[in-house]
Amino acid sequence: MPFAIRVEGLSLKKGYKLLISDLNFEVGPGECVALTGANGVGKTTLLRALAGFAPPHAGSIRIGDDNSDDSIVASNSHYLGHAESLSPSRRVDQELSFQCEYLGGTAGSLAEAVGKLRLNSLLDLEVRMLSAGQKRRLSLARLLMVERPVWLLDEPMSPLDTEHRALLAGMMQAHLSDGGLIVCAVHDPLPFETRELRLTRAEVGEVVYG
Amino acid sequence: MIISWLANPERFSKVFAPVRPYLAAATAILFVWGLYLCFASPEDYQQGDTVRIMYIHVPAAWMGLFTYLVMGVSSFFGLIFRHALADAAAKAAAPIGAVFTALALITGSLWGKPMWGTWWEWDGRMTSVLVLFLFYIGYMALHASIEDETRAAKSTAILALIGLVNLPIIKFSVDWWNTLHQGASVFRADGPTVAPAMLWPLLIMALAYHLLFVWLWLVRIDCEILSRKYNGLRARISFREGGA
Amino acid sequence: MIPAALALLKRDLSLAFARGGGPVLAAGFYITLMAMVPLSLGPDAQTLSRIAPGLTWLCLALASLLSLERLFERDYEDGVFDLLRTGPLALEAVALLKCLAQWLGTGLILSLMTPVVMIILGAPVDAAGLSLIAALIGSLSFALIGGVGASLTLGSRKGGVLIALLVLPFYVPPVIFGAGLMDAYVTGAPIAQALGLLGAYGLFALALSPIAMGAALRSALN
Repeated sequence: MPFAIRVEGLSLKKGYKLLISDLNFEVGPGECVALTGANGVGKTTLLRALAGFAPPHAGSIRIGDDNSDDSIVASNSHYLGHAESLSPSRRVDQELSFQCEYLGGTAGSLAEAVGKLRLNSLLDLEVRMLSAGQKRRLSLARLLMVERPVWLLDEPMSPLDTEHRALLAGMMQAHLSDGGLIVCAVHDPLPFETRELRLTRAEVGEVVYG
Repeated sequence: MIISWLANPERFSKVFAPVRPYLAAATAILFVWGLYLCFASPEDYQQGDTVRIMYIHVPAAWMGLFTYLVMGVSSFFGLIFRHALADAAAKAAAPIGAVFTALALITGSLWGKPMWGTWWEWDGRMTSVLVLFLFYIGYMALHASIEDETRAAKSTAILALIGLVNLPIIKFSVDWWNTLHQGASVFRADGPTVAPAMLWPLLIMALAYHLLFVWLWLVRIDCEILSRKYNGLRARISFREGGA
Repeated sequence: MIPAALALLKRDLSLAFARGGGPVLAAGFYITLMAMVPLSLGPDAQTLSRIAPGLTWLCLALASLLSLERLFERDYEDGVFDLLRTGPLALEAVALLKCLAQWLGTGLILSLMTPVVMIILGAPVDAAGLSLIAALIGSLSFALIGGVGASLTLGSRKGGVLIALLVLPFYVPPVIFGAGLMDAYVTGAPIAQALGLLGAYGLFALALSPIAMGAALRSALN
């Protein structure tokens, strides 16, 4: 899957204030960009913009050729944010099968993901009973259930224990070697080769009109 | 062209700040003149002195509707062109419109007592104005309840537009519910039926109300621009002091 | 796209019915409200049968407000919308499906109860069929407009009361048309106009509300 994201002159606002200004970068197939920078510098905002959740204030986010449009990103990417996208009152197996059906996965891929992430023992539990790390593992399942070229991950390692961090790192490397691409906000460096994109603060508090 | 030139808030403030005192003075003069005419105009042969309430009531009701229209148009521009000044204009208009509408309701009630012998008549027009008032209250409550400025502006703009589309429908439904109300008597295809002696003070008062609205509106938009600038500066200072 | 829509509908319905949440509450509220009527106005059969159609519509509107607060809020807080937005459905369609699930969970049940409640209050038995149809259309309009209110107040922390304040003025036309329809039927006047207006408002809500909800959700979720 030859797939590339090209960001040109991107400016993002939070409220009326400019958070990121004139950002340029490119992510190609098999490449992982690690977003770093201080808290509040706009890593999450950038990831959400890449997912197509918020329109850019200026500039463009392009996929592949110049003529493709922004909305394609969302349907080609997995977005994993701070919130786990899980309903506390539902059972793990219900949530998994809903995500699988909704995103267009197959029963086989679901079973495979459950096996790989060792979720078997959790299936009968309600989501509310899980620990933070277990919930994150549950969220990771959709990366495997439904194959999509772009992974947008917001500090995916933080709630995981050492063992599962290694597991996730393995998943990411496998995705990259399949030609996928990853943009990942991190605090600690990832255990494989990445390209760092360090965000710095734009003119904070500058009110942008228009 | 002129609109896009003025859409820069700094320029907007600079252009309109010197105009405002004159506007205020003109408003005051028109109100004095209009009120004088109200009391100099003859009594109504049926309603006596109470007809003078009309000069306060009718323009207030017009302004209630007019302000909502202004709010709707501002919201439309705010939503489509995502322009901060349009958001500020819509937000600034709401409380003014709410006060006009409340004034129309109160004076209508005061007028209704001597005229119809009741403080409140559930006729189509009164009920529609009451719903309009509820729209303003809802708009302001929604704006106050959302902390994020841009989100608040967007949500309230959507609400204002839905309200604008629904107002005629609600008016129609209320009229359908109760067709017993006075016909519109000033603007008619066959010319005004109000006596000229009463029409003049009414029109002067209406003009005074419009100027009052524009003046208050400009002041409030300016306040909105300044408060945003203040918040922006504060964020910048706290970031520098925090030193990240 | 259709499997995704069905999956979402199934999920929202199971959430609505889990632990007897919304539907049972709304039905209980509806019955309680109607039981308060004779208690506050006196049990005089003639008065009750005269005001029954109007009152039923008022109570239907109020009961429809009940679970609006949780319509989008729950998924908003849990971040489920992040997942939903990477799926095949547009946000407008997601919102519409959620309203539909909300209606199947509460509006439908309230509508089924409406003829019974109306008859208990003294409306003629032969009005049951018409009142059911009218309540179905009306409650669907309530659910759609309510969805707009819920999407606008998302994350505002004033929830329920604010939604009621925003939404109730927009409930005016369906309440008027619905109550007017039942009145017309009881007094033997022609019903076509009122039924037509009620249906037209329902279609209007169906056309406009997804656009409004989509815009409001988009601004809340960025």
